[in-house]
Amino acid sequence: MSDYRRAIAFWIAVGAGGFLLVPWYALQDSVFALGWLAHFTEKEAAPALLQAIRHDHPWLMPLGLFVAAGGALLAPLPRRFRSNALIALGGAGFVYCFAQGFAIGPRGWYFDTFAAAFPAFKGSQEGMGLGAMLVVTCFGMLFALGLAGRGYFKGDAFVAGSVVAVAVLVSVFTFFPVFKILISAVEDNNGAFSLAALPGRLFTQKVWGLGCVGGSTRCGVAWNTLILALLCAFCCTGLGLGFALIATRTDFKRKRLLRILTVLPIITPPFVIGLGLILIFGRSGVINQLLEWAFGLQPGRWIYGLQGVLLAQVFAFTPIAFLVLIGVVEGVSPGMEEAAQTLRADRWRVFADISLPLMRPGLANAFLISFIESIADFGNPILLGGNFGVLSTEIFFSVVGAQLDQGRAATLGILLLLFALAAFFAQRQVLGKKVYTSLAGKGDSGLPTQLPDNVRRLCYSIAVPWALLTLVIYAMAMVGGFVETWGRDYTFTLKHYAKAFSIEFSSHGIIWAGAAWNSFWTTIKLSAIAAPLTAALGILSAWLLTRQKFAGQGAFEFGTMLSFAIPGTVIGVSYILAFNVPPIEVTGTGIVLILCFIFRNMPVGVRAGMAAMTQIDKSLDEASITLGARGFTTLRRVILPLLKPAIVAALVYSFVRAVTTVSAVIFLVSAEYEMATTYIINRVINGDYGVAIAYCSVLIVLMLAAIWLIQKLVGERKLGRRAIGVPAVATLGRNAA
Amino acid sequence: MKAASIEFQNVRKLYGDVAAVNGVSFTIAPRTLVTLLGPSGCGKTTILRMIAGLELPTAGSIRIGDADVTRVSASERDVSMVFQSYALFPHMTVLDNVSYGLTVSGQPKAQAHEKAHGALKTVGLTGLDQRLPSELSGGQQQRVAVARALVLEPSVLLFDEPLSNLDARLRRQMREEIRDLQQRLGLTVVYVTHDQSEALAVSDRIIVMDKAVIAQEGAPRELYAQPKDAFVAGFMGEANRVPATLTRRDATLGDVALGPLTLTLPHRGLADGPIEVAIRPEAIELTAGGPSPLSGVVRKAAYLGATMEYTVETAIGPLFVIDGGVDRPLTVGTAVAVAFTPRGVIVIPPR
Repeated sequence: MSDYRRAIAFWIAVGAGGFLLVPWYALQDSVFALGWLAHFTEKEAAPALLQAIRHDHPWLMPLGLFVAAGGALLAPLPRRFRSNALIALGGAGFVYCFAQGFAIGPRGWYFDTFAAAFPAFKGSQEGMGLGAMLVVTCFGMLFALGLAGRGYFKGDAFVAGSVVAVAVLVSVFTFFPVFKILISAVEDNNGAFSLAALPGRLFTQKVWGLGCVGGSTRCGVAWNTLILALLCAFCCTGLGLGFALIATRTDFKRKRLLRILTVLPIITPPFVIGLGLILIFGRSGVINQLLEWAFGLQPGRWIYGLQGVLLAQVFAFTPIAFLVLIGVVEGVSPGMEEAAQTLRADRWRVFADISLPLMRPGLANAFLISFIESIADFGNPILLGGNFGVLSTEIFFSVVGAQLDQGRAATLGILLLLFALAAFFAQRQVLGKKVYTSLAGKGDSGLPTQLPDNVRRLCYSIAVPWALLTLVIYAMAMVGGFVETWGRDYTFTLKHYAKAFSIEFSSHGIIWAGAAWNSFWTTIKLSAIAAPLTAALGILSAWLLTRQKFAGQGAFEFGTMLSFAIPGTVIGVSYILAFNVPPIEVTGTGIVLILCFIFRNMPVGVRAGMAAMTQIDKSLDEASITLGARGFTTLRRVILPLLKPAIVAALVYSFVRAVTTVSAVIFLVSAEYEMATTYIINRVINGDYGVAIAYCSVLIVLMLAAIWLIQKLVGERKLGRRAIGVPAVATLGRNAA
Repeated sequence: MKAASIEFQNVRKLYGDVAAVNGVSFTIAPRTLVTLLGPSGCGKTTILRMIAGLELPTAGSIRIGDADVTRVSASERDVSMVFQSYALFPHMTVLDNVSYGLTVSGQPKAQAHEKAHGALKTVGLTGLDQRLPSELSGGQQQRVAVARALVLEPSVLLFDEPLSNLDARLRRQMREEIRDLQQRLGLTVVYVTHDQSEALAVSDRIIVMDKAVIAQEGAPRELYAQPKDAFVAGFMGEANRVPATLTRRDATLGDVALGPLTLTLPHRGLADGPIEVAIRPEAIELTAGGPSPLSGVVRKAAYLGATMEYTVETAIGPLFVIDGGVDRPLTVGTAVAVAFTPRGVIVIPPR
């Protein structure tokens, strides 16, 4: 039997197993706990065949027939006929599987129109379970095998299967939720279609009001969001440029310190800066205490509002702008500046006429990235916003607050999504024109021109105090975990750590007595499950995008990158809307959190993978293929070993993001699956800052340990004694011609 | 080894609307070295990649040996390829690189290593097994790439501009080694290059490509002496193209009026009337002074060590001349008598 027929047989077996052996519908507890074996024949746990025969689910029967028909294709048949049959069969089975899932709900027909057109019947269905998953996978893979047999994807079954799998996953877990949120904006809260509800939700005083201009009332949340984002982007870009200039164009001695500042926000849980600010500027913060002690001023809540959120965001996102701009500033060729100098321009003219204009696209990019970060930010506005509401917090209160207005949340989500997408596309436009900085080839030598004195003084006078303040905030946030009560009693204590993380030893073994252990372990468990899956999916997609050619590649790339532009709150709301009802019913489980992590963080894996793969010459793949290796072997033995740095980056990023994210998960956590960030935010809301801060510092340690562990596990790439790092691959693999 | 033939029938390859290969048919006999020659963008590399299975044709059929492989993927074909960039896996040692194809197809490691040693010995590279590719010189990397392709004992071996990354001296040495290896092992080899002297030196037959189609196919001597048209004449060595008029004399010969001269040349089936002749630079004889039917004046002279190169202004236009007489060079401005060796004057169709 050829490999091709063996693959068909394998997926038929998977489909048959899914249809005959394992529970079709989702179970209360994990299917891997195997508790269902005991009541295999009962309605909850029965496989599809029994469901169809004994439990009023006759519409599942055709699925079994599809699988059986697939088995018939294992007979010796002409290649072309079999390929076409596989495409038809896989496609039809796949469509039928989802059609029955969406058409029939918990109470018979899901849509009123169907109920009117077709006879009513007994029976209902739950969310799809393991059985359904296996059967759907079987159909998808048979479809892919058919395509490969027809010669698509150069006849490589692994590539065909990967493309189909990634496309289906992205459709279900990125496009479908976005689609749902669009739909629910035009549904009233009973689920009926009502286009009239949309303007009422969208154009209210609360969203677009301009009361703040006159100073009488507050502005709408849409304006708040935009104003905050513009201010934040402006400040971050300016500060980031200042830091970048200091790092590259002066003889500043502490440049390594600046580099550390850029790493900090990556491993900082979202509340650290906000808490640090509260400890300094808050009602019982250091400044207020000092003013009260010195001048007898009444402590105020003046940090809460636009100014507080802005301050926190600028602290949080300036390092990101810096990271973008340092590459741009370094990319400005010294040769051009030296040329200007030989043409009699002084330092100021060189800076104003040459350097700054060359950095313009980079500045625009940094501005847009800070803008996107600001409008998507949830942690800082909820902590410091006070009465100043922005879209992300407003969405949150629409869902969890007294209002419980999902339609309103969806409408605001769409608005936020539009803002984010607009900025996202603007940013990609800017990046598309980045020719400026790459003009100079590598043969370009010369020294970067020093900054003119007035510009240098300006940079120092802003950036240095800012850097010191950042350090103070982090220090405060760390110290805050070790004092009794901030603002009143500064005696050293470990009680906050004890409250959260105490361990007791008893005759039964270790008891995790601390209040935070539950969310801590959940966070580690879910993040550790999500990270490798995210990295794998991201790198696989990157491989398909850079190394394979197939129709619809542009749409494929858009799909894998889309979730990058979707703010976390929007993802949270859309996941609730999409996965709270059959056929895919996973809210309240750990699965929904893992799915959310995977599809939200996948774009970074895709980008890291694509960047690394463009540095590996394509002829390496082709050499492997002509030596008899198929797509999968080539990926495993040639590409992945060369991609180790990118794999580390993707793993670290997806793990860290899963640990620190708050905006999306706050909608998706449940009593059983609470995450560290949601636990912290609840402590903050209760005014329990000590525990919150203690927890944050533990998370930072956890993430540092995880980064170290990931680097150890993946290992380093070895390319020879002389050659270290990427250039070795580039020179070795690239055509010299 | 089981060298196989290759057969292309009406093969087309489209990228979007652009035809990279536009209806190409040829047959390559087993145990021969055939070169695909042409300027960049002519489709020669696309043909090579279609033999390897790295590209599948849009239309037409490809056979290797007795099997139709038109739709067979690269990893299923019994074909190996040596890449222009060598494409050695930078994270594997020399030994692992060479045994890669064997281990991928499921051979035990010990056996694979033994065969790899054999292949490395065949290409004259021993004692470097544990080096990484980055620790080898360009010529050594080339040998590893050849060994890696050879070790699978393919029925067809492909070379994609294998010498373009080497310096001139090494290039000649490696070219001789490849030819030697091909004849010693009796391999079917397809070799892509844009260097006509390389093609002339190594090939049994040459397929000259131009604008996605075959311009001419034949033995090296045939292509140089009997180019079918102006393109082949110009691509296979230098050629002065001069307009002329043909009058047939009999079944093979004709009178060619070339300015003031009339030469008797094979008419190669062309009709009477205006034609062109391609004159090889080394077929032009210059004599200083003296009256002659065709006279000229030396406009440029360059000393190249082994030969002299002249540009001579004549009644039939400027002629590019290569002359072996380096001891008695002609100076610029010298009046010369111009004569042709008939073997280097070829009748070709007019544009």
